[in-house]
Amino acid sequence: MPFPIEILLFGFLIAVGIAVILLEDLFAAAMLTGMFSLLSASLFTLMDAVDVAFTEAAVGAGISTVLILGTLALTHNQEKDPAAQPLPVLIVLLTGAALIYGTLDMPAWGDPSATIHAGEHSISRQIIAIEAEAYSAHHASADPLETGDGLASADAGGAHGADGNSEHGDSDHGDSGGHGPKAVGLPNIVTSILASYRGYDTLGETGVIFTAGVGVMLLLGTARRREEDPVVEANPMAQEEEE
Amino acid sequence: MMDHPMRMHEKIVLRVAAKFYIPMILLFALYVQFHGDFGPGGGFQAGVIFAAAYALYGLIFGLDAVQKVLPPSVAEAGSALGFLLYASVGIVSMIRGANFLDYDVLAEHASHGQHYGILLVELGVGITVASTMAAMFYALAGRWKE
Repeated sequence: MPFPIEILLFGFLIAVGIAVILLEDLFAAAMLTGMFSLLSASLFTLMDAVDVAFTEAAVGAGISTVLILGTLALTHNQEKDPAAQPLPVLIVLLTGAALIYGTLDMPAWGDPSATIHAGEHSISRQIIAIEAEAYSAHHASADPLETGDGLASADAGGAHGADGNSEHGDSDHGDSGGHGPKAVGLPNIVTSILASYRGYDTLGETGVIFTAGVGVMLLLGTARRREEDPVVEANPMAQEEEE
Repeated sequence: MMDHPMRMHEKIVLRVAAKFYIPMILLFALYVQFHGDFGPGGGFQAGVIFAAAYALYGLIFGLDAVQKVLPPSVAEAGSALGFLLYASVGIVSMIRGANFLDYDVLAEHASHGQHYGILLVELGVGITVASTMAAMFYALAGRWKE
């Protein structure tokens, strides 16, 4: 049985989604997509995924709303003739149905017998082990097993980290590279995994953002280049050389 | 009807509110950037928040005003520099005899090395994301004049 707050948030999420579809004023629709992201971020927070929620709030409700508004300034505020076309509607409905069908196989949220929680080498066990070692790196005297709270970690870790500048335990995990998780020593397990354990992935993601930015600049042009363009046009010699 | 973004600087309420908010947004972005080791957040979120502050400034006070603070050339260069900073941390750890992006060797103690490494790569992510978002905003906003 979900909590009332989750039912409320999901209800708002559906209502906002339908409103975005029905509204013909695109300015209002852009604002509502920002609200949609904020509601999603609230739901992620309820699921203890604070880092995901943070990203959703910053990207979805923040910068992408600004970019949509910037695009609207170039086009029109009113949706053009919203006549329903059968093929796109069919594709969207089929995709939605496939996604819902896919969720039927998923274990219930928080189910302890789910694949990622069950078993000796499951992701949850590994994360708990990493956390325990990170905790003991900051509190050398504490028993690592007491930190087995598990997934609701970022907050607890942050609280412990407030006094975590002590030097205890620095020497006792420097050589544990080969077997089991290696302590990074940061209270925020998400940062440890993203920046250290999965450093290659994050490097690739940064490259994706850089590439996407280059693509946008190539398609839309940069402010600097447009200032230079008239100079080229004013100089007939340069144009002839280009031809 | 929505006002054209290039004319938002005529609205006194928006100007006063933006002047009040922008410094706090920037400060919050820096907090998210450098406190990501301990609380939720990190380079990606911080970069987006940082760029959102510039975009807000550009929307209210005009494209020319924001490009005086952050010239487009700086944004374009930063987009590549952040990525290079990230990759060069990996190169430095290779030079010091470890695997690519193994931060243990960056300092005398392994956990200090991890701290420095994560701080630097998160900074690289933040610079790339903030610069790329700002450059994308410039690319869009630069077309408003036409």
